[in-house]
Amino acid sequence: MTGGNVIAAPGVPAAAAPSRPGRLRRIARRRSTLAFLMTLPLLAVIGGLVAYPFFYAIYLSMLNKRMTRFVGLDNFAFLLTRETFQFVVWQSVIFAVSAVIAKALIGFILAHVLHALPAKGQRKWRGMLLVPWVIPPAISTLAWWWLFDPTYSAINWMLMGIGAPPIAWLGEPGWARFAVILVNVWYGAPFFMIMYLAALKSVPDQLYEAAAIDGATGWQKLRYVTVPMMKNIIAITVLFSLIVTFANFDIVRILTNGGPQDRTHIFGTYAFQVGIQSGDIPLGAAVSLFMFPILAVFAVFVLRGVTRRSKEMAG
Amino acid sequence: MTAIGGTTRRGVLRAGAAGIAASTLAAPAVLGQAAGGRLALGFWDHWVGEPANAAMRAIVNEWAQKNRVEVTLDFITSVGNKNLLTIAAEAQARQGHDILSFPTWQVHDQQRLLEPMDDVMGRLIQKYGPVNQASEYLAKINGTWRAVPQTAGTQYKGSAARIDLMKQHAGIDVQAMYPAENRLGPGAENWNWDTFLVAAQKCKEAGFPFALPAGTFTDATDWIGAMFRSFGADLVDARGNITVRNNDKVRQALDYAKRLFQHIPSEMFAADDATNNRALIAGRTALIFNPPSAWAVARRDAPEVARNTWHFPSPAGPVSHPVPHLPYFYGLWSFSRNKSAAKALIEHLTQLEQVQKLVDASVGYDIPPFASMFDDIDTWRKVEPPLGTVYNYPIRPHHKAVPNIAFAPAPAEIAVQMYNQGIQAKMIARMVQNNEPMERVLAWAEQEIEGYKRG
Repeated sequence: MTGGNVIAAPGVPAAAAPSRPGRLRRIARRRSTLAFLMTLPLLAVIGGLVAYPFFYAIYLSMLNKRMTRFVGLDNFAFLLTRETFQFVVWQSVIFAVSAVIAKALIGFILAHVLHALPAKGQRKWRGMLLVPWVIPPAISTLAWWWLFDPTYSAINWMLMGIGAPPIAWLGEPGWARFAVILVNVWYGAPFFMIMYLAALKSVPDQLYEAAAIDGATGWQKLRYVTVPMMKNIIAITVLFSLIVTFANFDIVRILTNGGPQDRTHIFGTYAFQVGIQSGDIPLGAAVSLFMFPILAVFAVFVLRGVTRRSKEMAG
Repeated sequence: MTAIGGTTRRGVLRAGAAGIAASTLAAPAVLGQAAGGRLALGFWDHWVGEPANAAMRAIVNEWAQKNRVEVTLDFITSVGNKNLLTIAAEAQARQGHDILSFPTWQVHDQQRLLEPMDDVMGRLIQKYGPVNQASEYLAKINGTWRAVPQTAGTQYKGSAARIDLMKQHAGIDVQAMYPAENRLGPGAENWNWDTFLVAAQKCKEAGFPFALPAGTFTDATDWIGAMFRSFGADLVDARGNITVRNNDKVRQALDYAKRLFQHIPSEMFAADDATNNRALIAGRTALIFNPPSAWAVARRDAPEVARNTWHFPSPAGPVSHPVPHLPYFYGLWSFSRNKSAAKALIEHLTQLEQVQKLVDASVGYDIPPFASMFDDIDTWRKVEPPLGTVYNYPIRPHHKAVPNIAFAPAPAEIAVQMYNQGIQAKMIARMVQNNEPMERVLAWAEQEIEGYKRG
């Protein structure tokens, strides 16, 4: 392709070509036009499966229960007055924040352990540690569900083996919350691990060498070299994971269905129960959209920080 | 382009793609000829599995051939609420199947998009007598039938108890109490919640506690709903008034539940619809409230348990004797393009001859909408082991019991939310697990229900 984005047909001078078809041909042969055409299928998919459902959900959330009348923000205002929904908000925050912190910490530690391993054995460990992340969560959660079964599970069998009483893992509100968070951490930690490992590998060795010459301890190297160099990837990973964890559905749905006493409901499961099972689709849509503004603001700040740091590093 | 023996590479690829497409698209069963038009059916994918689905397919196939209607038949699972999602999607899109199987509350939910079925129901009622009140409450809206109660999937959730354990530990001979005949045996008159409480205590002490779920799944909601009803403890009356506070009957039911749950394992607050089945099949419980599905699995996996299992109604209360009931319905979308054929098929499926085949194929699990059919269908008499185990599974006139849907007679738009939120089970859980005082539990329930009344 030529630098001017225009290719004249062989043997035909561009100026001699008829003006209208020539212009069309030029437009068609522009890189931007080609790029647009080639991304059109993807744009159609995003438009059809992301943008349209999103705006349709907003529209639905502003209808009355029978979907016959526009009620503005009434559904959102109504939700705020409900004790059960207040619980759902609180539990979603506990679930997402504690799970993301645990995943980030475990991922950080595992990434450092893996990074310190000799290259030969590293691949084997990396593969094994990624297993929870590559198993479809619906299947692995079913396995956990068996493990948490109070009567037939291996965990309680072991507890009874050492003389401890069996625990109703999914029957007591506190244990049930712990169980759903544990499974989410088990599933999501490998993602953090692999992202942090990639970030660690990109930190130049010269920085550590320079720090060592300056007499830095291991802790100082971690604090003043590793963490600042990983800040962007940590921010993006936490943001991504927070959004995904807030939107979680399958783990809670399979393990507890939101119970006992609604103490493990999060936005996704509560929206499903209200919208699909109880036939109040507008209210269900309102539940599912509730965290969008908060997460959007959080995302804007995180991404602004990432951009600022990137510019500083480039400068 | 490369040609191989006169065939081009593209030609081969095109033929291959066409073959794959044809084999994929041919997956649903397409039955009959198109002279009578086309019908798309979405029926419930039966728990019993292929034998029950095959019976339905054969009946539809035969009807389609005879009436020259081209029928597409899909079996839609209720696992993961796939059937609810299908109903919601088709209601939004105003297209899809002509007839769908509508579970319990969906008829009310989609009433504006469902074709009136008064003509079909009129003829059926004239021929077979009235349907039970629970089905009428769920499908007859403002005097108009919006769906037809169907056989496949409709169930009762009475007692499924171990004959040996109940006799040995609770001193109750369930077989003698409810023999496989149209009469009550000795002790049946005392089969009430007080007797049940004593039996629950004794069986727990013996290491076989009753597996009574108290979460938000339907098995829990259904038996707890029947128990409340038997005390006359309605949370909302038929006019939509909340009747939680200053209601002695609600207090009595809650007080009873608190005493009962001293003898029920705490993990039952997180039980799903399979937990009680597993407990029975594993031989760890003396009684559950369930259709014969647990027994059917035990017949295959734990024959000794199956041989010792007997089905009979749940206990009576001080006010009435309701038994949990969960009906399915044939609903015809108003946007269907072949309504006359669809109505004819629904009417055909509800005739005794077809119902008999469906009940047979489900080994007695399916319950016809018309009680008058019970004595004409011999499946429940023949099924074994032990012979007659499911004879008292359908509620027969001599049981003096009534099929019950939890939270009736509250207006359905409120009842469906109470049902899906499992509000009675949560009230019990608050009292038993949190030790909350009754006043606080009642205030919480009242506030919750207040929210369900929004239009």
